[in-house]
Amino acid sequence: MLQDSPLVEIRGLHFGYSGRMIFDEVDIDIQRGKITAIMGPSGTGKTTLLRLIGGQERPVRGTIRVDGANVPGLSRKHLYQLRKKMGMLFQSGALLTDLNVFDNVAFPLREHTDLPDIMIRDLVLIKLQAVGLRGARELMPSALSGGMARRVALARAIALDPMIMMYDEPFSGQDPISMGVLVKLIRELNDALGMTTIIVSHDVNETASIADYLYLLSEGKVVEHGTPERLRQAGSEWTRQFLEGLPDGPVPFHYPAPDFVEELLQFPA
Amino acid sequence: MRQSRAIEIWVGIFVALGFLALLMLAMKVSNITGYVDNKGYEISAAFENIGGLTVRAPVRIAGVRIGRVSGIRYDSDTFQAIVSMRIDARYNRLPLDSSASIFTDGLLGENYVGLEPGGDEESLKEGDRIEITQSALVLEKLIGQFLFSRSQESDQ
Amino acid sequence: MITQLQHLGQWTLKRFERLGRSHLFLLRVSSGSWGVLARPGLVIQQIFAVGVLSLPIILVAGLFVGMVLALQLYNTMVDFGAEQSLGPVVALSLVRELGPVVTALLFAGRAGSALAAEIGLMKATEQLSSMEMMAVDPLRRIVAPRLVGGLLSLPLLAALFSAVGISGGFFVATGLLGVDSNAYWSQMQANVDLFDDIANGVIKSVVFGMVVTWIAVFEGYDAAPTSEGVARATTRTVVNSSLAVLGLDFILTALMFGDNE
Repeated sequence: MLQDSPLVEIRGLHFGYSGRMIFDEVDIDIQRGKITAIMGPSGTGKTTLLRLIGGQERPVRGTIRVDGANVPGLSRKHLYQLRKKMGMLFQSGALLTDLNVFDNVAFPLREHTDLPDIMIRDLVLIKLQAVGLRGARELMPSALSGGMARRVALARAIALDPMIMMYDEPFSGQDPISMGVLVKLIRELNDALGMTTIIVSHDVNETASIADYLYLLSEGKVVEHGTPERLRQAGSEWTRQFLEGLPDGPVPFHYPAPDFVEELLQFPA
Repeated sequence: MRQSRAIEIWVGIFVALGFLALLMLAMKVSNITGYVDNKGYEISAAFENIGGLTVRAPVRIAGVRIGRVSGIRYDSDTFQAIVSMRIDARYNRLPLDSSASIFTDGLLGENYVGLEPGGDEESLKEGDRIEITQSALVLEKLIGQFLFSRSQESDQ
Repeated sequence: MITQLQHLGQWTLKRFERLGRSHLFLLRVSSGSWGVLARPGLVIQQIFAVGVLSLPIILVAGLFVGMVLALQLYNTMVDFGAEQSLGPVVALSLVRELGPVVTALLFAGRAGSALAAEIGLMKATEQLSSMEMMAVDPLRRIVAPRLVGGLLSLPLLAALFSAVGISGGFFVATGLLGVDSNAYWSQMQANVDLFDDIANGVIKSVVFGMVVTWIAVFEGYDAAPTSEGVARATTRTVVNSSLAVLGLDFILTALMFGDNE
């Protein structure tokens, strides 16, 4: 396997449901060992992109190659084998509510390995230590704060030491402290475990601060891509509006409507 | 994982109770004895009319249940109904010249075969046929006869 | 007029779509559910959740149904001097009809709705999705054990319902109404057939167990991933499985008891 070829290679991706086009000729490369962020306004199908990479959705057209294998064309068995090498952090954490923290992290290990209990215990404690929640292992998910739940879910996602980690909106709805914790964890995990990381987010500052490479999506197309510095300096007007969070610009503040003054003067028929 | 033991115990109790209930239904409620206890012997009797007699109806002597009807068929040569009965093995001393009748339990109860012991020294054995039989009383016939005799009485 | 026809057509198409999807779902689950046999722990947990936790309501309901049955039937039968037949009539009503049907209806309300809500919530909170991404098939890990658990639990619950009901009828008949206790049992044994009545009742309850749990897990799995969707799935489970039980009861009764002389 070529080490410098991209780990995930998306070509000519078309996807949509019930008549609505979500992706239209999208090409994306995710480089090995790097943190790649995919950004865009709400509703551009960023989460759907992760589901497509994970094989939970099928594209209308196009190829999605992960480590050389075309995901949409895989048989169920091979898809599940590939997924063992993928970790995904869901926006809600998606912890199993009837298991406590320890059993949640142990879940993938118990499902996929025949390791003795004592080894599972050690592995789980290592992962929980990595996210700083070794002391919370007896808690049930309902007793966790949003940030803690996301960290437990992170520990669970890395339980099988995946080669690729996908984060779905990891920073949304977090207070500044847990945001900082997550930023640090994502960076550390990527560097220490040699993983490849994909982040889907619209939190510009946090994402840009750790990403090695950015893709900007809008209206089903890749608008721009490059390193964060390059995009900030050389990006188009739209890119600058998005990255700096300006209220008005190429994306208008107003939803298309007839002229305001005219409409006020008009009497309803 | 600590709770799993308690869960297993409860499920064990539940399954045991369930099977106990099934066992009770089989042993105490149903006629399983009729299927298991085939040690008895079979005799038969020919009736002109069996009324509403069904398979598995009881066979009684002096009001005590001693067996059950195991089969009913129609003999097209004699135009009679042949009723075979399986009698429990312990009632093995029924006189050979016993008679069989079909009675109704109460006015609307089920039909059963009642045996009336005779005086013979010999006993009924497997495959024997009871010669003296009395058919079921059919209510419609009785009423018809009654009305007929009444009308004759009033004619006189 | 045209739009109404259109609505009707769309509605019909949607029914067929759901019917087809639910059968494909069952096919996919059952093709994967053999693996469940290798992990009895999962099934045991589900038997606990749907079977053991339904015990109280089934036992109490069975007891009262049996007692009421004895009381009501006695009042009618005593007019014909047929009170000796109370035992078989109570037993036959319970074993053939009320046991399987009432148990299935209670089961749909107690366990079916809980199953649909549980699976629906797991879907709404992305738990099923996250399982898929952990390379764990939720159909095998979540749905199959529940299906097997329900399938095994309902016949046992129905048997308990009938047994408790017959005992309740016995207490009322002998204690309250003065029916001879020997007559109660012996008449019963003379009239209730092991295969025609009891085995067929068990077959009914197996079918009901299958159908009720199938509908429950399908509605949960197919629910819209919102709180409203979960609520609707729960309601639909109870309504659809109750209707299915009653409809199937008629068909099964006609098939199994129809050829009795």
